[in-house]
Amino acid sequence: MKFSNAWLREWVNPQLSAQELADQITMAGLEVDGVEKVAGDFSGVVVGEIIGCEQHPDADKLRVCKVAGHPDGEMQVVCGAPNARTGIKIPFALVGAKLPGDFKIKKAKLRGVESFGMLCAQTELDLGDDSDGIWELPADAPTGTDLREYLQLDDVAIEVDLTPNRSDCLGVAGIAREVGVLNRCPVAGPEIPPVAAKIDDSVPVTLAAEDACPRYVGRVIRNIDITATTPLWMQERLRRSGLRSIDPVVDVTNYVLLELGQPMHAFDLNKLNGGIKVRLAEEGEELTLLDGQEVKLNAGTLLIADEKQPLAIAGIMGGLDSSVTDSTRDIFLESAFFSPLAIAGKARSYGLHTDSSHRFERGVDYRLQETAVERATQLLVEIVGGEPGPVHLRELEEVMPTERHIKLRRARVANGLGITMADDEIVDILTRLGLEKIDSDADGWTFLVPSFRFDIAIESDLLEELARVYGYNRIPSVSFTAELDIEPRAESKIATSALEQTLLARGYNEAITFSFIDRESAALFDPQAEPVALQNPISADLAVMRTSLIPGLCKALQYNLNRQQGRVRLFETGLRFVPAGEQLQQEPMIAGLAYGPRFAENWTGGKDWVDFYDVKADVEALLDNLGAGDAFRFAAGQHPALHPGQCATIFRGDVEVGVIGALHPQLQKQLDLPKTAFVFELSLEGLGEARVPAFKPLSKFPEVRRDLALLIDADVPAASVMDCVVEAAGETLTDLNIFDVYQGKGIDFNRKSVALGLTFQHPSRTLNDDEINAAVDAVVGLLEQKYNASLR
Amino acid sequence: MQDLQSLTEQALELVEKADGLAALDQVRVDYLGKKGQITALLKGLGKLSAEERPAAGAKINEAKQQVQDKINARRNALEQAAINAKLAEETIDVTLPGRGEEQGNMHPITRTLRRVEEFFVRIGFSVEKGPEVEQDYYNFEALNIPAHHPARAMHDTFYIDPTTVLRTHTSSVQIRTMEKKAPPLRIICPGRVYRCDSDVTHSPMFHQIEGLVVGENVSFAHLKGCIDQFLRAFFEADVPVRFRPSYFPFTEPSAEADIQCTACGGEGCRVCSGTGWLEILGCGMVHPNVFAACDIDSEKYSGFAFGIGIERLAMLRYGVNDLRLFFDNDLRFLKQF
Repeated sequence: MKFSNAWLREWVNPQLSAQELADQITMAGLEVDGVEKVAGDFSGVVVGEIIGCEQHPDADKLRVCKVAGHPDGEMQVVCGAPNARTGIKIPFALVGAKLPGDFKIKKAKLRGVESFGMLCAQTELDLGDDSDGIWELPADAPTGTDLREYLQLDDVAIEVDLTPNRSDCLGVAGIAREVGVLNRCPVAGPEIPPVAAKIDDSVPVTLAAEDACPRYVGRVIRNIDITATTPLWMQERLRRSGLRSIDPVVDVTNYVLLELGQPMHAFDLNKLNGGIKVRLAEEGEELTLLDGQEVKLNAGTLLIADEKQPLAIAGIMGGLDSSVTDSTRDIFLESAFFSPLAIAGKARSYGLHTDSSHRFERGVDYRLQETAVERATQLLVEIVGGEPGPVHLRELEEVMPTERHIKLRRARVANGLGITMADDEIVDILTRLGLEKIDSDADGWTFLVPSFRFDIAIESDLLEELARVYGYNRIPSVSFTAELDIEPRAESKIATSALEQTLLARGYNEAITFSFIDRESAALFDPQAEPVALQNPISADLAVMRTSLIPGLCKALQYNLNRQQGRVRLFETGLRFVPAGEQLQQEPMIAGLAYGPRFAENWTGGKDWVDFYDVKADVEALLDNLGAGDAFRFAAGQHPALHPGQCATIFRGDVEVGVIGALHPQLQKQLDLPKTAFVFELSLEGLGEARVPAFKPLSKFPEVRRDLALLIDADVPAASVMDCVVEAAGETLTDLNIFDVYQGKGIDFNRKSVALGLTFQHPSRTLNDDEINAAVDAVVGLLEQKYNASLR
Repeated sequence: MQDLQSLTEQALELVEKADGLAALDQVRVDYLGKKGQITALLKGLGKLSAEERPAAGAKINEAKQQVQDKINARRNALEQAAINAKLAEETIDVTLPGRGEEQGNMHPITRTLRRVEEFFVRIGFSVEKGPEVEQDYYNFEALNIPAHHPARAMHDTFYIDPTTVLRTHTSSVQIRTMEKKAPPLRIICPGRVYRCDSDVTHSPMFHQIEGLVVGENVSFAHLKGCIDQFLRAFFEADVPVRFRPSYFPFTEPSAEADIQCTACGGEGCRVCSGTGWLEILGCGMVHPNVFAACDIDSEKYSGFAFGIGIERLAMLRYGVNDLRLFFDNDLRFLKQF
């Protein structure tokens, strides 16, 4: 809602500057978005009159005008506007004038003819968007008057960004009421006396849509002069509210909308076929709207129709066929109440948003219709003449909005707001807001809510009104107190932040990528899944919900490679969205990506490329957070996005909890990555519970180490060898590691050498050689038997 | 006894000249050893009379001691020089950078989230999470935003299907929590939220922390206290905070909290669009309809809720001037935090 400050001041005029007023209403909940001048900065422009106009001797498109308006008398001005002609009044920038953009008007010679000043178009003064020619002012504009004074341009337009609950302020009257309450000063609008009917004509109205339209006021006005011009003051007010002047009838209905907040519509009476019927549309009915758009109506859309066809979408937009045109003589004015529920969402479903729909879907005062019609009639008769018929009201009393009575308890004011307010002040504030005290008792009062406040329905709403007017900033700030019990916290639950810290310490930077990705990437990384698609994506790039965090990380990798960042370590935590039958699993994941040299470039050398085992160590470090590293195992796995020979599935017990591997070379090529990227992704829930440490006594006896070098078939996984060792070595084996793996020269091509370090220790005694030899023999025996291993 | 003096002088000179421990030891052996030249003089004492013998012996011993002392001093000097030489040889350039993995950096959004969480957890809030693909009911209906409510237009919702949305705020977690747990409640709900809007100042995905306090006699003054203290703690400054009436369907009264512009100190600048204030969060007293949807008696309990935009806080706190940087994941950006 945008309005002229000067207009508002006619209603209510507290001793505040425009800026102070803007600040005040902002702090009362009507947030002011902007206060702007209604005209560009210019001076030295007066109302001029062209009293002579001749063709320029040397230029086809220029005219030489004699212009009145300068205090020194007639001036000669060369003008290029096609509409320059004798007898019209125009803005006349005198020599010495300053136009917007700090443009100074000087004496000039145009093609040899002297020119003293300039005749201006609207755009040259920042006073409108008409640049077709010079601006023709009304014939009664007083020649010689300063234009700023004539148009009262020392005004500002205040734009209020209203929240959806405050439909009562979608008119100057409503803003004025609010300003009156805040400043405790009187509010008075224009006199709106009923305009007496001069003729008996009326249009019968049938309300056939029940509570969607319980109230409809109509009036016929005959013999109007549509060619009359809207007075400049009205045009200016419309302009300052951001509306363009169309024709006097539309201008008047728009003016009433801005002034009182009641949207109205005018039909060409002679294009109506019989009476008006307010009804719901049937599926497929058609209507051409005012903006020329042809729409197929949905069943349930509220319509204004006549006996033959739809005329308008009620409360949203009129139809073209029944609209007022430049040949209209008789009109039918509509001022109705459409229920918010009947209008809400409808405009949007047709891709429309109008000043009218904006108001109706938020709520228009359901007692305002007659006043609005009288006001429009008054203005119309003034401007276009005509003979009004009687005001014709149809009302379905039984489906009218019910009057609301709200009980306000004194104790609630104190408890809810944390302040004590005097009874007088409470009643005073609410009364000035238009509520009516209809009862009171020991606990409090009962108020009647006015018909223009759709947002006040319960006691809390009254608290807000009180707080708002009292001033939110006068309410004290108080620390709340609470009984605090010590909540148990499971030690076995590892915070995601601990996992993040592990990766941070290992050089990974945290990324946050969008949860939606493009369909192609989704298919590339996870071809089996059918990702959840957005119905209204912002772009094809952000169209489906990710089923993995890896595509996003790869995109971030590409982004960085394109910016000369050749070593990338990224991780992300967040949900992935995996459809599972009818259900959608929203699973928290942690994923990482490593690309580039193992270490950042450094004088110590080491330019090796990161490999699987580097990233595996990072994942193992993550798992170590759970203190249950041995609960997890890695097994060669398959993943459509990963290298078939460098991919592991990670299990906790038998449950698959993640994956790690090199990007598939084909995918790497598609992503245009020069070298291999390694990725991992783990389910945070799948990681499961951490192990709470349980102490084991330290052995006081020496440990013994034995190393074994084995030859074994090349395709036997190390994990199997280690499992076998653990199985055979018995309980005294306390540590086992693989300290060398060798394949190549000196060994069969299908065999490999594996060097194992076994550490034995007994908790309560020293182990003797025989025991250790027996354990080692058992290990070797089982390896031979199971995997055809031999000692080297 | 001419011999003694010249021998001593000779020995002392050789000690002085010895350039290594071996040479030095050779001098000791040559003069003071069992067969050393000065030692040999002692053997000549037998030829002297009993009266002369003690004095002559004392002189020889004195000379021996003199040479020995000199040898010891020289040895210490040589050893010290050897240590010094080794130390010099082992000296490295300590200004060269260290070896190994560099530390990664937490995303500024997570950093901010954690910081905010920490404040609230310290005063007894617990952290609750909820789904991001959310039912219309939790995102709207239960929060007193029925279908076709004009407030829905403020949300620019992403739809999966007519009854499933990407949550537009973390307020949905309020409802899920109140369904499970009975008052008193103090929770915060951090997470990603989504709105169908993308330009310089809007990202289709961003982060919020929703807060909810439910108890007996919780008032608007308590809400103000909580927000005031949080903002001061977060910005580590006594920033002026103001509360403006606003509108959220799930709170009544509703407020918008502004802080005085941190860039200009309230003078008015580009950051605050000349107003001197920055909108920082929305808040209000929980609407009775919301309590009703969760079967909480609004006659007995009252509460307040607030929703903090994390990107906004992070931008102000760290001076980030472009929202889009948060989701580009440019390492040059990430490594700054």
